[in-house]
Amino acid sequence: MGAPLVEIHHLSKAYRRGEQIVPVLTDITLDIARSDFTALMGPSGSGKSTLLNLIAGIDKPDGGTLKVGGIDITRLSESALADWRAAHVGFIFQFYNLMPVLTALENVELPLLLTGLSRAQRRERAALTLDMVNLSDRLEHYPNELSGGQQQRVAIARAIVSDPMLIVADEPTGDLDRQSAADVLALMQRLNRELGKTIIMVTHDANAARAARAVVHLEKGELIGEPQPQG
Amino acid sequence: MYVLRMVLRNAFRHRLRTLLTIAGLTVAVLAFGLLQTVVGAWFAGAEAASNARLVTRNSISLVFPLPLSYQARIRSVEGVTEVAYSNWFGAVYKEPKNFFAQFAVSPNYLDLYPEFVVPPEQRLAWLRDRKGALVGRQLADEFGFEVGDLLPLQGTIYPGTWEFVVRGIFEGADETKVTRQMLFHWDYLNETLRKTTARRADQVGVYVVGIDSPDNAAAISQRIDAVVANSLAETLTETEQAFQLGFVAMSDQIIGAIRIVSYVVIAIILAVMANTMAMSARERTAEYATLKALGFGPGFIVALILGESLAICAIGGGLGLALTTPAAEMFKAVVGNIFPIFQVSSTTVVLQAAAALTVGVLAAIVPTLQAARVRIVDGLRAIG
Ligand SMILES: Nc1ncnc2c1ncn2[C@@H]1O[C@H](COP(=O)(O)OP(=O)(O)O)[C@@H](O)[C@H]1O
Ligand SMILES: [Mg+2]
Repeated sequence: MGAPLVEIHHLSKAYRRGEQIVPVLTDITLDIARSDFTALMGPSGSGKSTLLNLIAGIDKPDGGTLKVGGIDITRLSESALADWRAAHVGFIFQFYNLMPVLTALENVELPLLLTGLSRAQRRERAALTLDMVNLSDRLEHYPNELSGGQQQRVAIARAIVSDPMLIVADEPTGDLDRQSAADVLALMQRLNRELGKTIIMVTHDANAARAARAVVHLEKGELIGEPQPQG
Repeated sequence: MYVLRMVLRNAFRHRLRTLLTIAGLTVAVLAFGLLQTVVGAWFAGAEAASNARLVTRNSISLVFPLPLSYQARIRSVEGVTEVAYSNWFGAVYKEPKNFFAQFAVSPNYLDLYPEFVVPPEQRLAWLRDRKGALVGRQLADEFGFEVGDLLPLQGTIYPGTWEFVVRGIFEGADETKVTRQMLFHWDYLNETLRKTTARRADQVGVYVVGIDSPDNAAAISQRIDAVVANSLAETLTETEQAFQLGFVAMSDQIIGAIRIVSYVVIAIILAVMANTMAMSARERTAEYATLKALGFGPGFIVALILGESLAICAIGGGLGLALTTPAAEMFKAVVGNIFPIFQVSSTTVVLQAAAALTVGVLAAIVPTLQAARVRIVDGLRAIG
């Protein structure tokens, strides 16, 4: 497959709290291969979300380089970065982050507004994608009419509808019951195995991490050892 | 269409809050329109007055009269085509609340007022009857005066009971003309005064002067005042419009206050609207951050917030606009006497629409800036 999809070199990030500078990530070096499914584990506050946000291009590092798909995204302007995210990154959040005023179908259609697709094409693709996550009978439901697990599946459909090369998920099962969590993890595994999607998932739940192919451990902003392949 | 749907659904997410805001906007735009109409009605009489007529009055004050002898002197001034005169009578018809204007006028008075149209035979009948009176159509309709009716007035400036006979009813040449007044013979007044209070006889309230061209109004005015300069009573001549505006200006401060209040009403609703939008935008911080993460630019967020603000203002403002004319009708029915012309002008409608639009735009500015300033990672955190 050639070069890794994500290449991280000596990446660092700190927050300023008044006079104090609080390091959040220190000297992170890590590669993630294409079509991998990586779990980022570590205790709360260890910097998992921060690292994921940097990779996804919604936050900026203080030092080091970060290439995704061969592009150094730390050098992109705000608007170029937004276009890059729209084209290449799918987001899955712990609390789903669906638009409450949009139906399931409209929520999945949302990212396609940034493409050149016609309204009919958008709706068709959104419906197909919702079918993939087994929600074709819930197209016209609003988020508050869906269970947590169903909402997260809508969010997953939204994350994959524009066919991004990278999917980032921050605690995607953190708000779900066991069964729903298992469904969501199974769905993510399918995306990885059947569609070859590269997935990076933050979790502090060892159970969830087992769904991934490799696990990376973070502690106090530093990587602990090498990525450990599993399964 | 997708965005419009999103905007409208966002607007009604907090139904009660939005409906209250819309109600506030409706009332504000309505109140603004009515207050503007009051201001307009106040000036309407003066605006309808003519620039082609001059009014010559005592330079000291309107309450001091001028000698009758000035008529010939004014008549001799170059550019003057006609000189009529009138006295404010100020009597009461039955009760003080039945206020309307009465003028004792010279026989040629109507020649200078082509906007008052009297049937020729009625005018003749009036000229023939010493106690004859002409009443305007609006006045006749209001009190049910008909030709031949006796019209008794209780004098105030000129004490005593005065009896008139309605000999004619004049119409306005068009709908903007106010015909809520009564005219009668100055001679009748003067003859009576000669018998009762002779020192008040042969006195004229104001001269109304016809001129050859409105362009010469200023020059002719100066010439008239020069002709009587150094006389017992010096004069001040100005166009009828300026004369009327002088009247109106006495209450300038009140009108100015009403005008300010009308804008204060809009300022208040702007504050309410800005608060509504700021609350909505703050609650949606995480949604805006999500949209930004998905790759939507600031323009999309602006469209959502501004669109929502404009939608609410369009509904509230539209309702306010729609209610203004019916409300003005009701207002007129209640206080009609004060404002003979009380119409919602097209300027007022434009101002109302502009006010609603301005509120919509301004209320969106702060929330838009807030939403733009929040970093994506901080915005996402806002959810939990
Ligand atoms: N905006 C911020 N300002 C200051 N400190 C922050 C900010 N965001 C995160 N942090 C700090 O960075 C550290 C790592 O946060 P995070 O990446 O969210 O951890 P995790 O996801 O592993 O729980 C925490 O100590 C947190 O308090
Ligand atoms: Mg986290």
